[in-house]
Amino acid sequence: MPKLNMVKALNLGLFQEMERDRDVLILGEDVGVDGGVFRVTDDLQRKFGSQRVIDSPLAEAAIIGTAVGMALYGLKPVCEIQFSGFAFQCFHQIENHCARYRMRSQGRFHIPMVIRMPYGGGVRALEHHSESEEQFYAHVPGLKMVIPSGPRTARGLLAAAIRDPDPVIFFEAKALYHASKEEVPEESETLPIGRAQVAREGSALTLIAYGAMVRVALEAADVLRDEDGVDAEVIDLLTISPLDRDALVTSVKKTGRAVVVHEAARSFGPGAEIAASIMDGAFLSLEAPVRRVAAYDVPFVGFAREKANVPDVPRVVTAARETLAF
Amino acid sequence: MPRIVLEPRFPVEYLSILDSDGNLDTALEPKLAADDLRSLYRAMVLGRRLDERMVRLQRQGRIGTFAPIKGQEASQMGSAFTLRRTDWMVPSFRETAAMIWRGWPIEKLLLFFAGHLEGGQPGRDQHDLPITIPVATQLPHAVGLAYAAQYRGDDVVVMAYFGDGATSEGDFHEAMNFAGVWHVPVVFVCQNNQWAISVPLKKQTHSRTIAQKALAYGLPGIQVDGNDVLAVYAAAHEAVDRARAGDGPTLIECVTYRLGVHTTADDPTKYRADEEVAMWEQKDPLTRFRTYLEKRNLFEAGLEQQVDEDIAEAVRRFESAPPADPLTMFDHVYAELPPDLKAQRAEMAAQAPAAPARPGEPRETPPGATPMRGQRLTRR
Repeated sequence: MPKLNMVKALNLGLFQEMERDRDVLILGEDVGVDGGVFRVTDDLQRKFGSQRVIDSPLAEAAIIGTAVGMALYGLKPVCEIQFSGFAFQCFHQIENHCARYRMRSQGRFHIPMVIRMPYGGGVRALEHHSESEEQFYAHVPGLKMVIPSGPRTARGLLAAAIRDPDPVIFFEAKALYHASKEEVPEESETLPIGRAQVAREGSALTLIAYGAMVRVALEAADVLRDEDGVDAEVIDLLTISPLDRDALVTSVKKTGRAVVVHEAARSFGPGAEIAASIMDGAFLSLEAPVRRVAAYDVPFVGFAREKANVPDVPRVVTAARETLAF
Repeated sequence: MPRIVLEPRFPVEYLSILDSDGNLDTALEPKLAADDLRSLYRAMVLGRRLDERMVRLQRQGRIGTFAPIKGQEASQMGSAFTLRRTDWMVPSFRETAAMIWRGWPIEKLLLFFAGHLEGGQPGRDQHDLPITIPVATQLPHAVGLAYAAQYRGDDVVVMAYFGDGATSEGDFHEAMNFAGVWHVPVVFVCQNNQWAISVPLKKQTHSRTIAQKALAYGLPGIQVDGNDVLAVYAAAHEAVDRARAGDGPTLIECVTYRLGVHTTADDPTKYRADEEVAMWEQKDPLTRFRTYLEKRNLFEAGLEQQVDEDIAEAVRRFESAPPADPLTMFDHVYAELPPDLKAQRAEMAAQAPAAPARPGEPRETPPGATPMRGQRLTRR
């Protein structure tokens, strides 16, 4: 089994889906000759031609808007928005059209497309290049919102997203692109959208995270084990919407305590919905309030202050200890 | 270093074939069969009569807010008439005549404007997108459809509609740019009706024409007398032929006028003079086409009555459509209902729902007009 980083795993996933289905095509800025600014689409134009891997003009709204038209015709476009911070220039196409065409046309049309966007901090990037704004998409009915946590989940979820008949927003943590290598089976595989995974089993407390924060949660769990003798469970959400509430509830019924970790700003973020789901499904099992460790409610802070804003291991450990001591 | 005029200079043509006094340029007159001319006129009359009926239905509270087409029948029918059934039509929200011509049943449009999403569902064999309300956002969809058709090697042309206000939107410019770069078979039809709600064209753009905006994207642009159905047909026919032959997109600006309200929630006396409306009434597209048909002995007496009967039957079908079952709101969110939505559906099913709304049922209280696009609410 080859060991791949997340960039290579995503590239392999795209290659395999394009080989499998001629209706799959890629469009975005610099995705062709250049292979994307993070090289996720590297070499695909050479393999599949410029009609299938399209270097589009620089306009986010028309990338998504024309992809909607392609999807209405029956193709399966995979769009790349170069950085998620630029997606507000196409948010109207995503919200008004991707999410609604099935409903508006009462099932006559549907939008089988994927919108890939690098997101999140950790790469010393300028404004609009390091935000974490998944909550906007997770809130929109009709969309699915997926965030893998490593090479294998990235490849499997991307394949599932491309085969999904509905529009999927697919966030890729820039901090994970080259972070680690993982064994990825050569043959294609899909992971179910809407299903969380238990990344680490435990009984004292549930840490809930996704994307780049899964690593942080796992490291925090190690600290809690080593320093406190506490056995924390870590849930890797993988899909933000539709949320796997059963997985959350099952874990919290066992542990009685939960801390949610995300890079998005705290208020009205995914943590609020996760906490509400736990209240709905596991209220009587709760021994402490559900805590959120998230970015503060401030706009982009610049990478000189980023470490203080994005959740890190000490903040998660502190929140976990307070939750355990409640 | 030189400072020179770059060649080639880009021309913008203006086309008029049949003027409001009935003068005909026989050299430019399109060669349309008698049956085609009669079909065209019938579709325009149907558009006009339905428009008037729908305004009355709205006033009675039997449908909701509606955007009338009165005055724009030639612009939309002259262009839509050039499409094959296998071609695609991408409407905005003021194309009822063209949509009916394309195969939308009248009762479906009534359902749509009565707030029933069932009215927005195109038939399985219909190559038409549903009404799109956010201005200009449908134009990239047209370009994507055309790209997909070209990718699959299908013999398909896409025609997209929008108004003069839409040409200020980014999506219009992005769509034109992508269409030019990709060289796809799409025809952009601008119904320049002079008014975007209360804002006149001169406050919308400093360009002398809308047609010339095509030139910046390397496409041909042509301005036509949008109240002259023969001119619109001729320009659209040429553009569709060009697209079908693989020679790329065209922008057609139809210079027309919205004789009625922006929507049934609008009061145009607030922003435009009666004299201006009266002047454009003299240029009514139906009157001049009727005169032309009469001269060619193609005018059918009793057409209005036939059309009215068709409309009355459609209104009856609309009003006998099944009531809106609230639970079906969960049917078309995703291909498969996620567990959480299943639970929400069950939650709704467990509550005693309000009596479902029947199509066309007048509301108990007189309907307040619903403004569109941030416009002031004006009660008449």
